[in-house]
Amino acid sequence: MLYALKIATRYLTASKAQTGLLVLGVAVGVFIFIFMSALIGGLAEFILSRTVGDISHVTITAEDPDPTLLISADGHVLAVTERGRARTATLAEAATYIPLIEAVPGVAAVSPQITGAGFLTRGAQVAQVGVTGVESGRESAILDLDGYMVEGTGRLGSGLIVLGRTLADDLSLRLGQTLRLQSSGGVSAVLTLSGIFDTGNGMIDGSSVFVALPTARTLFALPQGVTRIEIKLADLNTADATALRIRAFTGLDAVPWTDGAAQLMEALNAQAQTGYFLKTFALITIVIGVASALLLSTYRRRPEIGIMRAMGAGRGFVIFVFVTQGALIGLMGGLSGAALGYLALLPFPSRDAFKVGTLPMDITQGSYGLAITLTVIGAILASILPARAAARVDPVTAIGQ
Amino acid sequence: MSALLQVEDLVKTFGHGEAATRVLRGLSLTLAAGEMAALLGPSGSGKSTLLTILGTLMKPTSGSHVMLEQDLVAADDRALTTFRNRHIGFVFQFHNLLPDFTALENVVFPTAVREGRETHAARARGRELLTRMGLGERIDFPSANLSGGQKQRVAVARALMNRPELVLADEPTGNLDRESAMQVMDLIAEINRDEGTTFLISTHDEKIAGLCRRQIVVGDGLVTG
Repeated sequence: MLYALKIATRYLTASKAQTGLLVLGVAVGVFIFIFMSALIGGLAEFILSRTVGDISHVTITAEDPDPTLLISADGHVLAVTERGRARTATLAEAATYIPLIEAVPGVAAVSPQITGAGFLTRGAQVAQVGVTGVESGRESAILDLDGYMVEGTGRLGSGLIVLGRTLADDLSLRLGQTLRLQSSGGVSAVLTLSGIFDTGNGMIDGSSVFVALPTARTLFALPQGVTRIEIKLADLNTADATALRIRAFTGLDAVPWTDGAAQLMEALNAQAQTGYFLKTFALITIVIGVASALLLSTYRRRPEIGIMRAMGAGRGFVIFVFVTQGALIGLMGGLSGAALGYLALLPFPSRDAFKVGTLPMDITQGSYGLAITLTVIGAILASILPARAAARVDPVTAIGQ
Repeated sequence: MSALLQVEDLVKTFGHGEAATRVLRGLSLTLAAGEMAALLGPSGSGKSTLLTILGTLMKPTSGSHVMLEQDLVAADDRALTTFRNRHIGFVFQFHNLLPDFTALENVVFPTAVREGRETHAARARGRELLTRMGLGERIDFPSANLSGGQKQRVAVARALMNRPELVLADEPTGNLDRESAMQVMDLIAEINRDEGTTFLISTHDEKIAGLCRRQIVVGDGLVTG
């Protein structure tokens, strides 16, 4: 079949302009395929980073204990302690679990926290807030507090509080001012405002405050343990598997971010489906282009095919010549399109530097290998019909043309 | 001389029903090994159809066709293709070279297609044949750049490449001037004499036919003389 390859190559090089145009057409199809892959993939990455990039990917929350019952000797319930509004359950052995969780593959950061509700008071102004107590040094483990700071520092210490821009504006707060934070349990602490952040998320910027873990222990009367462990993963798409693994290691109820994010996942799936359609259309265009060009070539070379058949070339040989042409066109077009696509994607910012207002193209999601492979397969399939037509050429009629 | 090929009661009909045209009407013919025969007859007498059937490019409607003791009517397309490649050479009126290939590449084609590649031995034989045809200086010329006479000599070299027992030539000189025609015929006669290759040459030209030792006249689908 080496000789069939030589003939196929000669036919392609004999009509350089026609072959060049054909390869260019295939390359454009592959370019569109790669561009769409990078755009759809980048868009999904961008949406995920904006929606779940700053939240915990796996969360372990302390279970509230069942209400206490006082039961008489004869089995009657005498009294029931109602579940309080304030969280009282703790992950008492948090210190034991954290090294275990940190050792799980794919875990990027772990943040033990005490969370609860409280009231922030500045003079006569009061605001209801969600309080998060985090360990000093792990302030940016989940939410990139340091990255979002617009004033002061995100570093938390004893007697310090950090809060959002909206809340600071609502209470007319400035750095260094003192304010009172009262927990839902009634415990108060006077704290100094050490930093103001702006995440762009209204909920966080308008009602979240961060304090050091010891301060939260005092406020929520939790001398030991934590109420929540937040875990960030290197790849948020592995949250389901990692949550299962953490559950298996620790026995704790680890919940991945995908629980309760069904709508987001549906939207991303719909977007991916759109991408598949567009890429399929690009491939169909390639297949039609290659098939029509090779059919024309078959017609033009009918006398030559007749001569080859008369000289003893079998139908299989003729088929191989034309299928090889299709494969070579697919390979050259695929490689050219992939190179063009890669070069076109180079000027776009990397996935870690996506900015609002620019196309979130992810050069790493160009599916280059897949594009080349599918193009070669598509071109081979496209060449089968012309090749079969060539093999059916009647040498007597063809030579007489 | 022993019989190289034999056809008996050969009938070829084109079309069906009222539109059917019977071109060969029970033609019988025997060619001995080493013969150099001219096939004569007016246009439409069935010469080209006969050559096409003898060349295994077409099957007869009925009749027998035996060459080298093989029944070629019963053979399938694959077997006929292989047989044609090994035992039959063709020279057409319009040379029918592959235009994107050099003279040498055209000549070695029948061997290369059989072996799957252009072997060193095949290229050496191709060069030898082209030199014998007086084209030693044109071996690597693109065939499209050769003159008509040169192209026909390349076609003769190609027909001889696989050392076939039979070469079928359909008006091989019909498209050449007298000088080129005589050059080609001299080469054919030389090869027939030196290598014993059998030639059956279809022609309208009495002078060309006169160079052959046997004249077979076809008329109205039968051998008439």
